[in-house]
Amino acid sequence: MVVAAFTWTEFAQQLAAGIREGAIYAGLALAIVIIYRSTRVINFAQGEMATFTTFIAWSLMNHGLSFWTAFPIVLAIAFTGGVAIERIVIRPVEDAPVLTIVIVTLGLALLLNGLTSVIWGGANRQFHGPFSTRTIDVAGVPVSVQDIGIVLVSIGLVAVLALFFRFTKVGLALRAAAVNPDSSRLVGIRVGWTFALGWGIAAVLGAVAGMMIAPVVFLDPNMMQTILLYAFAAAVLGGLDSPLGAVVGGILLGVTITLLGRYVGFLGSTLKLPAALMLIFIVLLVRPSGLFGRVAVRRV
Amino acid sequence: MRSRLWIGLAGFAVLALVIAALPRFISDFRARELAIVGMYFIALLGLSVLTGYSGQISLGHGAFMAIGGYTTAVLSVDGIYGHQIRDLWTIPIAGMVAGVAGLLVGLPALRLSGLYLALITFGIAVSLPQLPKKFDQFLGGTTGKILNLAKPPFGLATTANNWIYYITWGIALVLLVAAWLLVGSKAGRALKAVRDSEVAATSSGVSLATYKTLAFGISAFYAGIAGSLYAIANAYVNPDVFPIILSVYLVVGLAVGGLESLVGLIAGAGLIYFLQNHADSVAGWINHLPVFNLDPKQPGIPSMIFGVVLIVVMLLVPTGVGGLVRRAFGPLTSRLYTRS
Amino acid sequence: MSLLELHGVEARYGPVKALHGVSLQVADGEMVAVLGANGAGKTTTLRAISGTVRRSGEVVFAGKKLSRRPDSTARAGIAHVPEGRGTFGELSVWENLRLGAYTRRVNLKQEAQRVYKFFPRLEERRDQQAGTLSGGEQQMLALGRAMMARPKLLLLDEPSLGLAPIVVGQIFAVLERMKSDEGISVLVVEQNASLALAHAARAYVLEVGNVVVEGTSDELRANEAVRKSYLGY
Repeated sequence: MVVAAFTWTEFAQQLAAGIREGAIYAGLALAIVIIYRSTRVINFAQGEMATFTTFIAWSLMNHGLSFWTAFPIVLAIAFTGGVAIERIVIRPVEDAPVLTIVIVTLGLALLLNGLTSVIWGGANRQFHGPFSTRTIDVAGVPVSVQDIGIVLVSIGLVAVLALFFRFTKVGLALRAAAVNPDSSRLVGIRVGWTFALGWGIAAVLGAVAGMMIAPVVFLDPNMMQTILLYAFAAAVLGGLDSPLGAVVGGILLGVTITLLGRYVGFLGSTLKLPAALMLIFIVLLVRPSGLFGRVAVRRV
Repeated sequence: MRSRLWIGLAGFAVLALVIAALPRFISDFRARELAIVGMYFIALLGLSVLTGYSGQISLGHGAFMAIGGYTTAVLSVDGIYGHQIRDLWTIPIAGMVAGVAGLLVGLPALRLSGLYLALITFGIAVSLPQLPKKFDQFLGGTTGKILNLAKPPFGLATTANNWIYYITWGIALVLLVAAWLLVGSKAGRALKAVRDSEVAATSSGVSLATYKTLAFGISAFYAGIAGSLYAIANAYVNPDVFPIILSVYLVVGLAVGGLESLVGLIAGAGLIYFLQNHADSVAGWINHLPVFNLDPKQPGIPSMIFGVVLIVVMLLVPTGVGGLVRRAFGPLTSRLYTRS
Repeated sequence: MSLLELHGVEARYGPVKALHGVSLQVADGEMVAVLGANGAGKTTTLRAISGTVRRSGEVVFAGKKLSRRPDSTARAGIAHVPEGRGTFGELSVWENLRLGAYTRRVNLKQEAQRVYKFFPRLEERRDQQAGTLSGGEQQMLALGRAMMARPKLLLLDEPSLGLAPIVVGQIFAVLERMKSDEGISVLVVEQNASLALAHAARAYVLEVGNVVVEGTSDELRANEAVRKSYLGY
């Protein structure tokens, strides 16, 4: 183990970079958690859905719209798309074994990935995000405005979602339908539509995540693939049914990977991810439902 | 019950005969292709023990195949203390090593439920290909290791590809019998009990931990053997031989083929082989339909087509091809099918 | 005029037919019991009414043909407390109650106070996860949830199952008050025939998916066959 020369400034920089990375994973992790929380399905197509909507944003901006004009349009498209996908593709297999649903979302991912390539081609593109890239000084550490923007957006989303799920009637209905669809129907909830709503919301979250990430990593059809992996790891770490967990998990993961990569020499860049996954595994051993996941109580 | 046993034996005998006779009628290249299908079949057999019988989902079994393949590579190229080990003898060792790895994963996996387990195993699938790059002295890095070409033993008059075919399917049949016995045994019944209701199983005295871990180990053992055979057939290993997507293909093959049917597993194995090797030809086929005029070379088209195919297949047959076959040929199925 | 009428209702689970043409009625403010052995089709009858199982045949509720979908029957004013309570185990007691009033726009706090008056134990455990409650408390919660909906008709499946006699007594006392205070009709499925007949005005006895005996509680108690098979004397 080689620990390089340590300075606080550098540590702060690495920390900031880690937080920014983490906020990126957090956005997508949030979408994953929302779908899981409202439908008990893991959506392997989350990344591709986000990429697709980000490309739509790019096209709109290419036709002259400003970012903030295109933003609500893209969100509306994403929402409709999410709802449509759930009703058309997922609903027929709602009651099928878990494995089947996993395969369907994988198929969806392949389909969207291919579609993105076909419509826009595989070349890298620049995406001009809403935040400027100039850096400002935060306690001696240069941090870009964009990074701050990304982190704030992620936190904001979590707050809105948490409030939505906790305090609104619709949010409660979404949770109830995921927990016990039969009883939900008996109280008058239209379970099918709550599932569709969950997917719509997740699609919107994915779109936002995509539009935050694209300025940083360049826009291409495979943009989200590795990020999706990290997002899954973050979601698992934080607890699959906790939006707060998704963000905390994401940031923790981002920070851990960045710090591990920098300070634990022998890991290098190839073993950063495996090491981080190992750590998550260990966390899960202690808390099998993730950091903030609700442990399902089963009375026998 | 007795009649089921006889039907099962008869079915098995027919299968064995077909396998033995087939190479006479097909080309050398086809024999090789079928051999590789056989390897995937072995991996799926193991995976079906895990998912079909103990109900645990693994998205990382490609990693166990890789462990098996690399074990064979290291043992037959570098050997132990310089003595190279004949490729065939490495197969069971590779299986064991992978099996032990499976047990090591299975033990802590006990704490995790369904989707958490699936995602962690996916993490394993993602992480493992990094290891050869890191330990490149030992494991060959990105270039990998090159094995000696497989040769039939001295005196046997057959081609290398046919030899691989026979070895693979011979092992597959043996492992099939083993799985069949396992499923019918006390351990197998315990596994099924675990899958159907963990609570009920525990309260009947079944040791959950033992059987679930065992299921992981066995499935990894099978995957390791499959990987080992693959390495031998391929004559080289590197991280791209067992890519991340392989774990996904295995699960896809299992789901599309159906969890509990023999025919389904073979179909699933065929599908995996197809996905790995003939991606572009599907686009060519689709072009024969009047409506479509797709350029198969255009990147993205194959993905789209596969995506649509996967979705449509799973929508039409949620229990997989095997489930369909089972319903059509009810009484002819072997013990692996029955949900008794 | 009956609140609920079933005419020749049939229901099946896959290839197995569970109800072979069941006809019954429940009047306003009436408690009616459905009796029978295991597998007679009692639970299926309730499911057929609430729409949880596919049915054919006519069901008329409050003078109108009743929908076959569970979320619509709930909106129409039917509250079904299924076998096993059907509580949302992972949600809190308060959230369970909130869900009960899902189809209504009301002051939730006030409605909940009503429920707490009947079941003070629930108020104590407001924020507890419903799955951690005892059997009796879960039954109270299930009833409380039904009350939040202010239904016209309450479908109760085996309320006494697995509960201590004292708790069962409390529950039926609450049911009587719901009936008298609010005019709610109750259709209760019970294996405990004498308990059911003590509270219900009328009863139907099911056997293998058919109604074999019907009448007032007194009539049933006097019926020799019913006494021997279901009352034990």
